[in-house]
Amino acid sequence: MPILRHRTIQLAHGSGGKLTHELITRLFADRFSNPALDRLDDQAVIDCGGIRLAFSTDSYVVDPIFFPGGNIGELAVNGTINDICMCGARPVALSAAFILEEGLAVADLERIVDSMQRAAARAGVDIVTGDTKVVNRGKGDKLFINTAGIGIVDHPYDISARRLEADDRIVISGRIANHGMAVLSKREGLAFESPIESDTAALNRLTSALVSGLGASLHAMRDPTRGGVAAVLNEFAAASGVGIVLEESALPIAPAVAGACELLGLDPLYVANEGVLIAVVAAEKAELAVTVLRGHELGRRAALIGRVRAKPPGLVAMRTLLGTERIVDMPVGEQLPRIC
Amino acid sequence: MKYLEEFRDPKIARQMLSEIRRTVTRPWVMMEICGGQTHSIIRNGIDQLLPESVTLVHGPGCPVCVTPLELIDRALAIAALPGVIFTSFGDMLRVPGSRTDLFGVKSAGGDVRIVYSPLDALQIARTHPDREVVFFGVGFETTAPATAMAVHQAHREGLKNFFLLAAHVLVPPAMSALLESPTNRVQAYLAAGHVCTVMGWKAYEAVRAKYGVPIVVTGFEPVDLLDGVLAAVRQLEEGRAEVENRYARVVQPEGNRMAQELMADVFTVRDRKWRGIGVIPASGLGLSDRYLQYDAERYFGIDRIEVSEPVECKSGLVLQGILKPTECPAFGTRCTPETPLGATMVSSEGACAAYHRYHRPAPAELWKG
Repeated sequence: MPILRHRTIQLAHGSGGKLTHELITRLFADRFSNPALDRLDDQAVIDCGGIRLAFSTDSYVVDPIFFPGGNIGELAVNGTINDICMCGARPVALSAAFILEEGLAVADLERIVDSMQRAAARAGVDIVTGDTKVVNRGKGDKLFINTAGIGIVDHPYDISARRLEADDRIVISGRIANHGMAVLSKREGLAFESPIESDTAALNRLTSALVSGLGASLHAMRDPTRGGVAAVLNEFAAASGVGIVLEESALPIAPAVAGACELLGLDPLYVANEGVLIAVVAAEKAELAVTVLRGHELGRRAALIGRVRAKPPGLVAMRTLLGTERIVDMPVGEQLPRIC
Repeated sequence: MKYLEEFRDPKIARQMLSEIRRTVTRPWVMMEICGGQTHSIIRNGIDQLLPESVTLVHGPGCPVCVTPLELIDRALAIAALPGVIFTSFGDMLRVPGSRTDLFGVKSAGGDVRIVYSPLDALQIARTHPDREVVFFGVGFETTAPATAMAVHQAHREGLKNFFLLAAHVLVPPAMSALLESPTNRVQAYLAAGHVCTVMGWKAYEAVRAKYGVPIVVTGFEPVDLLDGVLAAVRQLEEGRAEVENRYARVVQPEGNRMAQELMADVFTVRDRKWRGIGVIPASGLGLSDRYLQYDAERYFGIDRIEVSEPVECKSGLVLQGILKPTECPAFGTRCTPETPLGATMVSSEGACAAYHRYHRPAPAELWKG
């Protein structure tokens, strides 16, 4: 069997679903293999002379570059901060690299860079280095941004997708599916009664509050971006060899977003978020986790949405409103390309 | 969304379930026609809640699934032509043809775009007068009026670069064909609510009269579906066979007259091959003589394409309600949503995809301990 089942790259290779996983594990991780990478977390944690350093990078190609509630620049700052802090690290510095298409309005670039500076300042992180390239008109799409960042892990805990245990609880910090639906509504020119805004935000204050409030009872954290809540929970279940069951009635979602998903036939569990985190915590600390999150503006709508069970390993299910159970599978194919 | 909540209310659903249990005295087999209903049934686990004596079999109501392979291959051939912008609904892009799918054509350089409405395709044609814009129109009576509107408007505006590859099919002829089949098990139909919104429920009177089966016009939410099942069970138990409208909040007896007139103008009814089932008389829509210049097959003159279906795929039996997706030996092993053998696994409304996505039985050993 060939390494990948497609001979050319498909859009779905970037969807965060099964094909992305195949591309990463069989092509990249296989060749680059080393202990820090092989964990396949959102960030690598490396030892630098006794300091545990979290290191992560992410590229942003969202279309359109301005969308309700944010723009590509804010997303690039917040997204990389979130990737760093999901292991409980304290983000300290970012890089920003710009690939600009000939013809891009300088005023647009200015707006984007201004909002990047504001986002970084809000999160308490500096942008300390960068790079600029310009490509011919038609060879890029306005602009692409890459950010990388480092953070310091100054706690002794192992917060990882591999640490889920039976009876752990799944906590979410806010309402789901806002970012994906905001981008989609702008891109497709859909107007909804109440405007849907992206939730893009840096989550480092939430993660540090959880680390200090819960300590070793905090088992895993991840922000459900591409592929949504369904992708993250499937990754958790697979990495820890456990099952997960969600409660449909407990999922926080804004009525306008639920309506928009309904209208477009999208399952909100698969729609991208950019300012929400999922935490897996020991059962006895679940209420505390919700309380800690609700103490912050970004976590006001935090909720307990499910639990971990021993069997069947690797399977995510949801108890429906009718009390039946259905599978929540890893996303397949491309639901919404270029969402971040 | 307030309006929908009462149709998802677990309390009302439980009341209906106990009413169904009280009413049923012997085994009955009924078919929900529409893939959207199949999806809702499996997603909400309604099949797990019904008493054992009520069997729901899943009908051919997934238009993507019943589109014949040769038509998909023709779409792929047109989409690969230089200068063409090929548009369709997202579901159509992943349906495997003999060698590739529309996503494959796109990654090989074809200009393939997802649209949410045929009118979006028309807009692309207006803004790209130097390109040939093709809309691959798929669907039942529900989506056919919008396709008809796009062709009608193209004609009115004198657009020369808009073309339709028509794969629209009609529901009542398929219902008759299934009842004619010697292997038929279906004793009652839950008719597809949205099709009836366009065509009205009177269209089913002829089917009911000829075959003496209850036909219950049913919605898509859990309470709608249970209500439809209950109405069908009552008719069967009482020996009645009527067309009964249980989706009255949406469906009128006569349907949408304006949409019907538009369809009658733009389309003509033809015999049509249904994938996995065969040719069903008077079950498809092609462009009428007046609009033939918009016919993509005619314009691009794609030659006859020889195709062979994967022998292992049992989707024909699934589409006729003879086989449950999970009873197919390839289900979940050699046939998955990433590597589908047939369209019932790839379309989001296909029965196999619904089972795989929501209801795939985990290997028994996984549940142990």
